Amino acid sequence: MSPDPRPASPPLLEVEDLWVRFHLEGRTVDAVRGVSFTIERGETVALVGESGSGKSVTALSILQLLPYPRAEHPKGSIRFKGEELMGRPEGFMRQIRGDRIAMIFQEPMTALNPLHTVERQIGEALLLHRRLSREEVRARVLELLRLVGIPDPEQRRRAYPHQLSGGQRQRVMIAMALANQPDLLIADEPTTAVDVTIQAQILRLLQDLQRKMGMAILLITHDLTIVRHLAQRVLVMTEGELVESGPTTRLFTAPRHPYTRRLLAAEPTGRPPPVPHDAPVVAEVRDLKVHFPIQRGLLRRTVGWVKAVDGVDLTVRAGETLGIVGESGSGKTTLGLALLRLLPSRGAIRINGIDVQGWSWRQLRPLRRIMQIVFQDPFGSLSPRMSVGQIVAEGLAIHGIGTAEERVRRVAAALAEVGLDPECMHRYPHEFSGGQRQRIAIARALVLEPKLLVLDEPTSALDMSVQAQVLDLLRSLQEKRGLAYLFISHDLRVIRAMSHRVMVMKDGIVVEEGPVERIFEDPRHPYTRALLAAALRMEAVEGTAI
Amino acid sequence: MARAIVRRERVRFLGFSFSLTPIGARRLANFERNRRGAISLRIFLALFVLSLFAEVIANDRPLLVRYDGGFYVPFLVAYPETTFGGIFPTEADYHDPEVRALIEEKGWMIWPPVRYRWDTVVKDIPGPAPSPPDRNHWLGTDDQARDVLARVIYGFRISVLFGLILTLASSLIGIVLGAIQGWFGGWVDLGLQRFIEIWGGLPVLYLLIIVASFLTPGFWTLLGIMLLFSWMSLVDVVRAEFLRARNFDFVRAARALGASDVALMFRHVLPNAMVSALTFLPFVLNGSITTLTSLDFLGFGLPPGSPSLGELLAQGKNNLQAPWLGLTGFVVVATMLSLLVFVGEAVRDAFDPRKTFR
Repeated sequence: MSPDPRPASPPLLEVEDLWVRFHLEGRTVDAVRGVSFTIERGETVALVGESGSGKSVTALSILQLLPYPRAEHPKGSIRFKGEELMGRPEGFMRQIRGDRIAMIFQEPMTALNPLHTVERQIGEALLLHRRLSREEVRARVLELLRLVGIPDPEQRRRAYPHQLSGGQRQRVMIAMALANQPDLLIADEPTTAVDVTIQAQILRLLQDLQRKMGMAILLITHDLTIVRHLAQRVLVMTEGELVESGPTTRLFTAPRHPYTRRLLAAEPTGRPPPVPHDAPVVAEVRDLKVHFPIQRGLLRRTVGWVKAVDGVDLTVRAGETLGIVGESGSGKTTLGLALLRLLPSRGAIRINGIDVQGWSWRQLRPLRRIMQIVFQDPFGSLSPRMSVGQIVAEGLAIHGIGTAEERVRRVAAALAEVGLDPECMHRYPHEFSGGQRQRIAIARALVLEPKLLVLDEPTSALDMSVQAQVLDLLRSLQEKRGLAYLFISHDLRVIRAMSHRVMVMKDGIVVEEGPVERIFEDPRHPYTRALLAAALRMEAVEGTAI
Repeated sequence: MARAIVRRERVRFLGFSFSLTPIGARRLANFERNRRGAISLRIFLALFVLSLFAEVIANDRPLLVRYDGGFYVPFLVAYPETTFGGIFPTEADYHDPEVRALIEEKGWMIWPPVRYRWDTVVKDIPGPAPSPPDRNHWLGTDDQARDVLARVIYGFRISVLFGLILTLASSLIGIVLGAIQGWFGGWVDLGLQRFIEIWGGLPVLYLLIIVASFLTPGFWTLLGIMLLFSWMSLVDVVRAEFLRARNFDFVRAARALGASDVALMFRHVLPNAMVSALTFLPFVLNGSITTLTSLDFLGFGLPPGSPSLGELLAQGKNNLQAPWLGLTGFVVVATMLSLLVFVGEAVRDAFDPRKTFR
């Protein structure tokens, strides 16, 4: 789709020298500095950048949805079909929003009103801009639900958001955005909160709808695979500035700005260090089951079981990484927690050859030293009220290791090992970025000199460039210390870069297992194939409908 | 905990120097930034400390007597009238003109600024019992000819002390029970929750009236009875915080390190729960003071004759012709509660994580 060459009609959207300034308790922050771009009719433009780059703020200022007057635009112009939007009264903007320019958000659960049915939510978007009778609204809602591929729309229109799956909620959001056939759709990380197979379906749906309705899409994302498959043009933002823009193919083959080059190089690559042949088995699990009771009624009778993990076998040797892949709800995190005996389970759990199943908390404590965990969210896994030193030293205190001075020395060594200045032990978690916090969490695990590390999505909450650094760190630690990793992730590229062997989980069972090359080159189970197609090539597989 | 790896900052507050963690120092700075709260705290503390020395400020016995070459401290020791050459072996009444004459003949007396105690019945008032303010009685006298200013000073002290002790005790019980409820959940939570609902439904006032009929309600009995019903105020807050925090990643991480239940509860969860509990505390204190005042107002509170703001308000209601009674009671109670609410607001600002951590 090439831009319309006629000079008579202005571009769909022109943003010129846009500045956004925030006033925060006496400080001013320029979140966006002099950004200019245009979007033509029917075009897909991707706005790429890491967290804090100002991409979402740019999108919100198009709709004038920033928290004014805390935010202001010192300069700039935003023209939609040649008409200035900047500084227009609310009444005028309300006619544009949801009608000519629509927006879909990242988290469909919080963007939908939990107390309204699907029909009411979509109907509201219609009634705000059109005068329609009840029958017309219903007909249009059903049409939209069919359009976005919700099965059985007659039934589903009465559903509340919590009764829908994540993918269906995202589809309802899209239906709301499309209700008035907008000219421009702003999609802010539309698939970050859903699984890869659903992501592929949602993106395909967006492409189909774009073709049918001829709207333009401004796609805000950090995921370069999505960009490569969907966008015609790419805008790269960092630290509030637009550093590069151009056609997608050119940008991916010949990036000009150093930041773009770094962003492209940050995609996880590389291989884990090889495992010695005589490496001892660190952890072994046989027929592990974690079942949660479903309790109902006044007396909380158990009426059924959720089989979160249902009969899993696994073995990890020293220096080896076992990658566990699966979508949300597949039981991969539960498996990791059960292996560390942080959840009650059944089946044999052998750590260093000793079966620890059924051991009491007290018996288990000495073993806790050798098995540690790093969580996904670096903002939630560090206590905000303890200094970094206290956090890292806590394990030493619990296990009574060393004198006070020796603890300080060990904490400093652990921090240095993860690439942090030992001086930062006096500071508090909130002073650190996400990547630094994840390093602190790794240091907390390392200070006890463990043999086994469960890494539960350790890089999912991090930006691409930071993710690459953390992965490098983990690999070098593995090589140096011969650590065994249980690496849990939904991101297949990360798994590929980190693992020696891979287990694919679905609904609590392992559907396929094998060396990483075999799984990626020659997947045998249909689910593995669907997962790989969706994640690496953005192909939606029919029949695995959500 | 490895204390060597915590850096502390020295901070000056109210003229004292404290050693605080950086978070503590920032909270103190946030507290100070709320000017109204910071000033209120200073006024309140000044009034409270002054009232702690009420015996020196308002007393019907002189602070020091010089008599016949010897020193006497009547406000601490009871001397019989005979010490000063009087006739009666009972304690000297220093307001009695004859005793005064006896002492001043051979020495002198130093009086406190207010020459009356809460229970001094003044005999030389100009008119009938509630007498309006004059030179001797700055806030007048009440219907039993007692100096209102003296009663207010003692009443303020007893109110604040009662409130503080009640708040401290009920917070302690409430935080511990809330922590247990939230941490262990399940049947423990369910059982305690139902118990609190039933207990909270009991009519406290009627129980107090019944108890007052066979116990003489003194300061401590009243405190005990009130405590039976006031511990519930913080349970819900702390329980909710514990329920929320027990599944936080940092708690699970500590569990993975091998920390015990007690360590997890007190080192990891409680500091987070304390923020909301502390924010509530000034308001719990206010509630305790108000409860005592209203009980006194109704006549079910402290024993008759005790200096009490509630009783002063009741007198104001019964003696509308003497507006200084009601007005004094109102101004004192309103000022005290307002000061505490302002302090509470500043405490809330100090612990506001958005102000602290951004």
